[in-house]
Amino acid sequence: MFGPLMINTWIAATAVAVIAGVTGFFAVLRGSTFAAHAIPNGAFAGAAGASLLGLNPFAGLAVFSLAGALGIAGLSRRARNDVATALTFVLMLGVGALFVSWSTGYAQEAYSLLFGEVFGVSADQVLPILVLGAISVAAIVVMFRPLMFSSALPEVAAARGVQARRMELAFLLVMALATSMTVPVVGALLMFSLMIGPAAAARSLTARPALAMTLSVVIALVTVWAGIAISYQSDWPLGFFVGVIGAVFFLAGRGYAALSSSQKTPSRLSPGRYDT
Amino acid sequence: MNILRHVIEPGFFGSGPVHIALAVGTVVAVTSAVTGVFTVTRGQSFAGHSLADIATTGGSGAFLVGLNQFWGYLAFGAGAAAFMEMIGIQRRRDRDVATGVVLGAALGLAALFLYLGSQYSTATGASFTILFGSIFVITPSTVPALLVSALLALATVIALARVLLLSSLSPDLAAARGVPVRAVGAAFLMALAVSVALSAVIIGAVLSTALLIGPAATALRVARGPVRAAAVAAGIGVAATWLGILLAYDSYYWPPAGRGWPVSFFVVTLIVGGYLVSYLRRPAVPAEPAPDAEHACSAL
Repeated sequence: MFGPLMINTWIAATAVAVIAGVTGFFAVLRGSTFAAHAIPNGAFAGAAGASLLGLNPFAGLAVFSLAGALGIAGLSRRARNDVATALTFVLMLGVGALFVSWSTGYAQEAYSLLFGEVFGVSADQVLPILVLGAISVAAIVVMFRPLMFSSALPEVAAARGVQARRMELAFLLVMALATSMTVPVVGALLMFSLMIGPAAAARSLTARPALAMTLSVVIALVTVWAGIAISYQSDWPLGFFVGVIGAVFFLAGRGYAALSSSQKTPSRLSPGRYDT
Repeated sequence: MNILRHVIEPGFFGSGPVHIALAVGTVVAVTSAVTGVFTVTRGQSFAGHSLADIATTGGSGAFLVGLNQFWGYLAFGAGAAAFMEMIGIQRRRDRDVATGVVLGAALGLAALFLYLGSQYSTATGASFTILFGSIFVITPSTVPALLVSALLALATVIALARVLLLSSLSPDLAAARGVPVRAVGAAFLMALAVSVALSAVIIGAVLSTALLIGPAATALRVARGPVRAAAVAAGIGVAATWLGILLAYDSYYWPPAGRGWPVSFFVVTLIVGGYLVSYLRRPAVPAEPAPDAEHACSAL
């Protein structure tokens, strides 16, 4: 399990878990869960287009995930955020359906883009993941304070001169950057589960931002490591274990939050207090 | 006549699959549009899309254990709706997170089902059909089930319309008037699950989401009041579906592949295009409440 063939898998999966833990924390906090689902899934249309043109699928993924981020941010200026996300998403998938109908024998490749091929990571895939992952984590860390403000206390952020729309766009672009590189490795579906489950669980455990983000990364790491180990032993797909472990963490977090808030004084703030 | 022949390929109205596609497409478009008006007003687009994905997971699960897939769709759709309602708090942000967690777990199950399925058969294209479906390959035997459940969902939504609207726009006012806000929300989510699940299975999750959100969002921009919005949305949905089917039929000999462009591409493009066109017009009323309407309401 820790042999030379698996070393790239462990490195890539660890990097992906860190990226997912950090971006997922803000995705959950900002309520951008739908965007976290739409960008990686919609981006796969780009990979289909790239393979049609004989280009590197990564280029297609990058173009489409950035276009998706811009589309969501652009439409959100004049519409409800979830509507903007839904329409951008279906348009990307519709174009993807067209690309797929043009090409031949793409079904297998599409399957691996959706569900990933984490056990087949090659050495030359690891470096770009590490570099892009470092860039997106660094971007989030740099933006941490304004992003935190505009996510948790939009009014205060506006009063302090933080531009909400610009923050939204910046965050979506970081998410696009993070997903474009991770999707070919872990798959769009797994990336989504890994962003949401651990971050949501962390948020119900603590209300302190820095601690919650750290916890989110730790839970994501535990989820993905345990998932790989079990998946390696059982031969069942990794996506299944990550999805289920993430959900179990979330339910455990919710249970813990419910228990501790019923034991302590009623004035204790609920985990969702950022909203109000 | 010659021009018409270029617009409508010969044989369009004589083709059996086209008849079924038009009939089913109409029913799905109308149900989705009416349900969609409430989905958009309540800010549950993500749930609407997720339920479509989740239902298809149920379908592949039922296929694995040898049950009728119909029950798989319904069981997973309804189960997921109940679960989302159970763990989701009423606020919009938390609701999306709850939806996301349920969707993540369901997609994990989908990966497992597809993997197990591939152990017994060699259908690698299965994930593909599930996502994109095809309106031209509907088997006639599934049509009655679709019609019945679509009408059921439509009837539920229409029966609930008044309380649903009140509890969507102002939960506190609704609660003060004795409306069981949570129960109404749960009933709506169930109706949404049923209507979305079946349309997703038959025409694909992409098209199902497009028909649910697009026409409703456009109608809410241009029409005054929920009844008119529902009517306009239904009109847009049906028009986009028919035009999409016609174009897909026409495209059979188009380059580059020579086997037709997918219906979902045309319908989605038409719907999103229609939505963008509605920007040209100033909205009749600010029909969509601002994103923080809930906060505003609870602050009152």
